[in-house]
Amino acid sequence: MRRLGWLIPALYILFLMVPIYWLLNMSFKTTNEILGGFTLWPRNFTLASYREILTNPVWYNGYINSIIYVTVNTLISVAAALPAAYAFSRYRFLGDKHLFFWLLTNRMAPPAVFALPFFQLYSAIGLFDTHIAVALAHCLFNIPLAVWILEGFMSGVPKEVDETAYIDGYSFPRFFVKIFMPLIASGIGVAAFFCFMFSWVELLLAKTLTSVEAKPIAAIMTRTASASGYELGLLAAAGALTIVPGAVVIYFVRNYIAKGFALGRV
Amino acid sequence: MDKTWNNRAWFMVLPVLALVAFNAIIPLMTVVNYSVQETFGDNVFFFEGVIWFQQVLNSDRFHAALGRQLTFTFTILAIEIPLGVAIALAMPRRGFWVSVCLVLMALPLLIPWNVVGAIWNIFSLPDIGLLGRVLNSFTHYNYTREPGDAWFTLILMDVWHWTSLVVLLAYAGLQSIPDAFYQAAKIDGASPWAVFRYIQLPKMKRVLIIAVLLRFMDSFMIYTEPAVLTGGGPGNATTLLSIDLVKIALGQFDLGPAAAMSIIYFLIVLLLSWIFYTVMMRGEGQQ
Repeated sequence: MRRLGWLIPALYILFLMVPIYWLLNMSFKTTNEILGGFTLWPRNFTLASYREILTNPVWYNGYINSIIYVTVNTLISVAAALPAAYAFSRYRFLGDKHLFFWLLTNRMAPPAVFALPFFQLYSAIGLFDTHIAVALAHCLFNIPLAVWILEGFMSGVPKEVDETAYIDGYSFPRFFVKIFMPLIASGIGVAAFFCFMFSWVELLLAKTLTSVEAKPIAAIMTRTASASGYELGLLAAAGALTIVPGAVVIYFVRNYIAKGFALGRV
Repeated sequence: MDKTWNNRAWFMVLPVLALVAFNAIIPLMTVVNYSVQETFGDNVFFFEGVIWFQQVLNSDRFHAALGRQLTFTFTILAIEIPLGVAIALAMPRRGFWVSVCLVLMALPLLIPWNVVGAIWNIFSLPDIGLLGRVLNSFTHYNYTREPGDAWFTLILMDVWHWTSLVVLLAYAGLQSIPDAFYQAAKIDGASPWAVFRYIQLPKMKRVLIIAVLLRFMDSFMIYTEPAVLTGGGPGNATTLLSIDLVKIALGQFDLGPAAAMSIIYFLIVLLLSWIFYTVMMRGEGQQ
């Protein structure tokens, strides 16, 4: 029993990989081969789909747009969440618990509820179809999450650290940047990772708030799928390329990922 | 940790408050505004009171969508939580394979949600998809026609997509157990079940509550994946709450009923999450 224990995670990973394998398999096939029959690996191996995506500005601009708004959102979310998380982890103040719960309720707001009002709001202030609009809209669920994660990590740092620094004559901003932030560096990394992740995977709001200039890659996929018939090879290649940024980011936080998913609260 | 009372901490919360309030309160007030009015276009609105709320709460369509939503959410919770715990228990505790497992398992979590839908759409096609082809050699399977097959594919997709979240959380809980606990259990001659019941499960309790809370919220709000996979079909068989909402709001442009439904929907998520949250915080208080 003990010796066969490794089989459970191995089978689970196999189950996770099979659909991804099928996606990659399709992305290397020609459209004729995909529609012509059922093959477990590409008979006429082709990179045509990838070449099309990497040379056609409609496609690759989608990736650039997505990466711009995701990066901007991550920067805004973490920068705004750092002082707030510090306040929640170190001080009690009027209405703190209510405020914390209210922030979390925004993580519980179904994006479908907000799609139409967001469209009207961002059109009214003239930000429709800009990267900053999507970056700001994604703050709705990323800031509460970043505050929650950072608060967990900050509560793990003993308060004596703050007090010692003040006795040594550090001003608050200098203490925060020079001493405190390095102590919770892994927490900042994890919070940034989560902001990146949730902004990268969200589509409904990103699609609602953009039309041409800032359209995310995921939305271009759905449009192309309906506009140019059913080009499965192209769709599969575009999908396979959307996995790459996530895989790169996971690699960097691999040692903290488990703790991060527990929101720093283990 | 004992905290100092300091109302100036409000200044540190201000940027977060401004950003979230801008994104939450203005759109929410728009929704509230629509939910009590009737419009015939041209920006002319008439006050209607709570008529839309009564209409939505009494409609069979809403009850059916809510029923499907609850069925979906509790099915995936019943599968993903025990499965995730079982996998976390079987994972290696240290060494090279830990990183490999964690990175590979986290991969589905970082795929854009519509790509997840697209992957399963392609993977399950009855004629050229691997899953569809394999299933069709045993039994008749067509997820675009048969409601049962559509549900099976939808749940399998969600298990594929999100079980890793539970695994990672449970694993983080298990990692925090000191070796001394296991040694003590060994000396006492505890059975594997006793080790699980009295050492591992209590240590995982907090992270498991987070897992249930996150999975509950996210599965209740799920939109993109089923919209791409089945589009709510065949018929209305997999039309979950958010899909129905988008159909009413953006498809039929019935702003009043859609807004009323949004508010009811949000309140249901809020109420159930609040119950989980209270239980969670009570658990933390006891420790």
